Amino acid sequence: MMTLKVNGQNHEIDADPDTPLLYVLRDDIKLNAAKFGCGLGQCGSCTVIVDGNAVLSCVTPLLLLEGKQVTTLEGLGTIEAPAPIQRAFMEEQAAQCGYCIAGMMMRAQALLQKNPKPTDEQIRAELEPHLCRCGTHMRILRAVHRAIRLMDTADASSATPRRAQ
Amino acid sequence: MNAPVILDRRRVLAGGGALIVSFSLAEAFAQDQAAPAAVPVPNPPGSLKGSPFLDSWIRIDADGSITVFTGKAELGQGFKTAFQQIAAEELDVPFESLKVVTADTRFTANEGYTSGSNSVHDSGTAIQNASAQARELLVAEAARRFDLPAENLRTESGSVISPDGRRLGYGELVAADMLHVQAQPKSKLKDPASFKVVGQAVPRVDIPAKVTGGAAYVQDMRLPDMVHARVVRPPSYGAQLTDCETSAIEKLPGVVKVIRDGNFLAVVAKKEFQSIKAMNALSAAAKWKETAGLPKQDDLLRALTGLPSQDSTIFERSNPLAVGQKIIEATYTRPYQAHGSIGPSCAVAQFVDGAMTVWTHTQGVYPDRQGIAEMLRMPPASVRCIHVEGSGCYGHNGADDAAADAALIARALPGLPVRLQWTREQEHAWEPFGPAMVTKLKASLDGNGAISDWNFEVWSNTHSMRPGGAGAMLAAQHMAQPFAVPAAKPLPLPEGGGDRNAIPIYKFPNAHVVHHFIPAMPLRISAMRSLGAYHNVFSIESFMDELAVAAGADPVEFRLKHLDDPRARDVIEKAAQAFGWQKGQKAPQGRGFGFAFARYKNLAAYCAVATEVEVNRETGRPRLVRAVAAVDSGQVVNPDGLINQIEGAIMQSMSWTLYESVTFDDTRITSIDWQTYPILRFNAVPDSIEVHVINRPGQPFLGSGETGQGPAAASIANAIADATGKRLRHLPLTRKRIKDAIDA
Repeated sequence: MMTLKVNGQNHEIDADPDTPLLYVLRDDIKLNAAKFGCGLGQCGSCTVIVDGNAVLSCVTPLLLLEGKQVTTLEGLGTIEAPAPIQRAFMEEQAAQCGYCIAGMMMRAQALLQKNPKPTDEQIRAELEPHLCRCGTHMRILRAVHRAIRLMDTADASSATPRRAQ
Repeated sequence: MNAPVILDRRRVLAGGGALIVSFSLAEAFAQDQAAPAAVPVPNPPGSLKGSPFLDSWIRIDADGSITVFTGKAELGQGFKTAFQQIAAEELDVPFESLKVVTADTRFTANEGYTSGSNSVHDSGTAIQNASAQARELLVAEAARRFDLPAENLRTESGSVISPDGRRLGYGELVAADMLHVQAQPKSKLKDPASFKVVGQAVPRVDIPAKVTGGAAYVQDMRLPDMVHARVVRPPSYGAQLTDCETSAIEKLPGVVKVIRDGNFLAVVAKKEFQSIKAMNALSAAAKWKETAGLPKQDDLLRALTGLPSQDSTIFERSNPLAVGQKIIEATYTRPYQAHGSIGPSCAVAQFVDGAMTVWTHTQGVYPDRQGIAEMLRMPPASVRCIHVEGSGCYGHNGADDAAADAALIARALPGLPVRLQWTREQEHAWEPFGPAMVTKLKASLDGNGAISDWNFEVWSNTHSMRPGGAGAMLAAQHMAQPFAVPAAKPLPLPEGGGDRNAIPIYKFPNAHVVHHFIPAMPLRISAMRSLGAYHNVFSIESFMDELAVAAGADPVEFRLKHLDDPRARDVIEKAAQAFGWQKGQKAPQGRGFGFAFARYKNLAAYCAVATEVEVNRETGRPRLVRAVAAVDSGQVVNPDGLINQIEGAIMQSMSWTLYESVTFDDTRITSIDWQTYPILRFNAVPDSIEVHVINRPGQPFLGSGETGQGPAAASIANAIADATGKRLRHLPLTRKRIKDAIDA
C-alpha cells in the first residue's frame, strides 16, 4: 500500500512498486486523460505533471512518486468550468481524433506555469517529445498561444486559476 | 459503463415515446439486409438505397426528442457534428436538441465501412433527405389536424406553425408508424440560401470531453468486473508456435487465464499491469519456428514488378493527329507505410448467454460482426458490434484484429468483460500496411509545349483486405483451425484501389493507363487513407512538373492548359493566388515553390496545394515552410471541420512523404516503434498552413477526408525539385536521398 496524491486527493494504492504511474492512474484511480500510446516514452500521450514538471507516466514507476503531487488533465478543470488551457483547446477546435491531446495539454500547462510568456520557438521545442498523427499541430500551437492570452486575462482579473502542483 | 457513447445507447434503449413501436420494428427488420424486401422505390439518395426506411435514420419521441442514426463511425473526422448539423437543418430543430447515434449493429443501418471519404456523401445525404421527408410527414399531419393546406404551414424549432400562430410540436404530431415508411426518390430540401446550421463552423460535440479527461475512447471503457487481456503475437508472418510452457505464467499474480489456440496466444489478468507482466513472461516462454519470406526492402521496384500481375488497360484515348516530339519517361516508387495510430488498437468484448458483444473502433461494425461470427462459428445475429471511438486510424489499422482478439478471449471467459489492448510494437508490426507501389510514366510534348501522348502504368497490390470473412483477422488466421486469408481482389473503378486516381483528370489527346494488379502480398496490407491515390497523384503531379520544365512552362499555367473542368480550374487558381504564385517567380535562396492538384477519385473533392520548402544543402534536410490549399467539396457542412481535415491531410502526407517507410529483413518487420518508424515531430511543423474553402451551395456533398494526401505529397516533391534542381522520384524523400541527389 502506498499513498499517492493525485489532483489534490490522497489515494491508497495497492500495486507493485514497479507499476508505471500510467496504469495506476487509469486502472486504480479510473482516470481517463493520461493515455497509453507506446509504453516506451516515445510519444507523449501519457504525459502528466509531477511536482510542476511534465512527466511521461508510462515510464515512471510508482515507487518514485512517494510524497509527490501528481496532476492530470482532470485536475485542471471540467467541461463546465474549464481551465484556460482547456478553454483554449476547445476554442481553437484543436483536436481531430484527440488521442494525443491530453498529453500535449499537460506539457503545455507545465511550460506555462514555469514560463507564462514562452515564444513560439520555445513552445515548439517543448512539445518535441509529443506525436500527433492526425496532423493537428498548427491548431495545437494556436491553442497554446491562446491559453497564454487566457491565463494572462485570468491573472489580470485576479481570478485564481487552479494551478497544477 | 463509463463511456458517454454507452450512456447514449442506454438512453436509446430506455426509449419511451410514441415512435417506440415503429422503432422496434425497425430494429427487428429494417436494419438488416435479410429484412423482408421493401417495395422498391427507385433510386433514393445516398445510403437510403440500402436502408430505405426513414426510421432507420431518424426517431422522434413523444417528448419531442430526436435521435439520428448513422451506420458510419466517427473516427476523429468530426462528422458526428456534421450529421447533427445536417439533420437539425432539414428538420428545422435547434442543433442542441438532437442526438446522433453512430455505428451499432443493433441500431443503425448497415453502411458498410466508414472509408473512402464517403461518409458525408453517403450517410450525410441519407440523413439530409430522411430529415426533409420526416419534416414533410410532420407538416402533412399538422395540416390534417389544423385542417389547412400544408403549403400554408411553416416549421421552426421543432414545431409546425399555422398562419394564425397555432403550434404543434413534432412530439405531439408523431405517431407510431409515421416514420416507418420508405424514402421517396426526391425530397423537398431547403433552399441553401436559407441554411442556418449547415455551413456554420459549429464546434465539434466530442471535443469538450476529449480535453477534460472524459471517457471518450474504447480504451476508456470500464465495465464491472472487467479483466485485462494481452496477446502474444508470433515474431513474424507465418511463424509456428513449437513450444510454450504456461504453468508458471498461470501462477503469476492476478493472472486469470492463459489462452492457447494454435498460434494464438493470450493472457488475461485482473489488473492491467499484471496482464503486461504476464504477457512479457508468456512471450519469453513461447518458442517459434520462423520462415524467411520477405522481399528485399531496398529493391522494392524489382520485387514488385517481378511478381505475377493481372494487367488491364483501364483508360484509352487516341487522337492520331496529335503527335509528340519530345519524349520524357520516369519511374516513381512508394514503400510500405504504416497507419501508425497513436493509440494502439483496443477492444472490449463480453460473452453472455451465448451472445457476444464487442465494443470496437472498427470502421465497419457489420463486416466486423460477420468476420467475428464466422471465426466463432456463431450466427451473426448473436454477435453485436458497437462502434466506440479509438485513436485516429486513417484506414484499416489493427482495430478489426483487436476486436477479433477480444472476442476470441472473451468466449473463453463467459460473463466477464474483457479489455484487450495491443502494444505499440504489435500495432507497428502487425497492422496491415499501406501497400508499396511502382508507377512508370512516359509522355511526349508537341511543338506548342502541350502533352500529346500520356502513358501511365501502376503496379500494386489490392488496397483492401478488410474483414467480411474471418480470414482477414489475425486471430482467425492463428487459431488451431485457422481461416485462410481470402484471395485479394482489385477494387473496382471508378473509385479503384491501386489504380485510384491513375486515370488523369487532364485532357490529353492520347492517353493509355494500365493497372498491373499483383495478387501476391509479401507483407500484410490493406486500406490506408486515399489508397493508391497517394502514390498515383504523387507520380502524375510530379511528372506534370517534369513536363512543365521540359516545355519551359510555369507549372500552374501548364496544368490549366490541360484542364477543362471549371471547378478544377477554380481551386488551382485560388490556391495559386492565395499563395502569391507568379509566373517566372524565384523562391528565396535555399528554398523552392511547389504546386499540385487532384480531384480525389476523379469524383470527390477537388484540392490544390502550393508549398514552400526549405532544403539545407549541407545536410539535405527538408522543411515545409508553408502550405496554401484550396478545396471544393461541394456544399460545405462545417467549414472549420473541413479546414481541420485538409490541414491534417497536409501534415500527415508531409510526414509520409519526407520520413516514412516500413522496414524489414528477410523474416521480420523491423520498424516496430517510433524510434524505428520515425514520423513528423514539432521541429518539422511549418510556419503556416492556410486552407481556402470554395463553397458550392446546393451542390452534392463531396468527400474530403482524403483529398489532400496526394496533392500535398507532390507539391512538396515539386518544391524540393525547385529548391535543389534535382528530381526525387522514390518515396520517402528523406534527408539522405536529398543530400545524395544534391551531391550527385
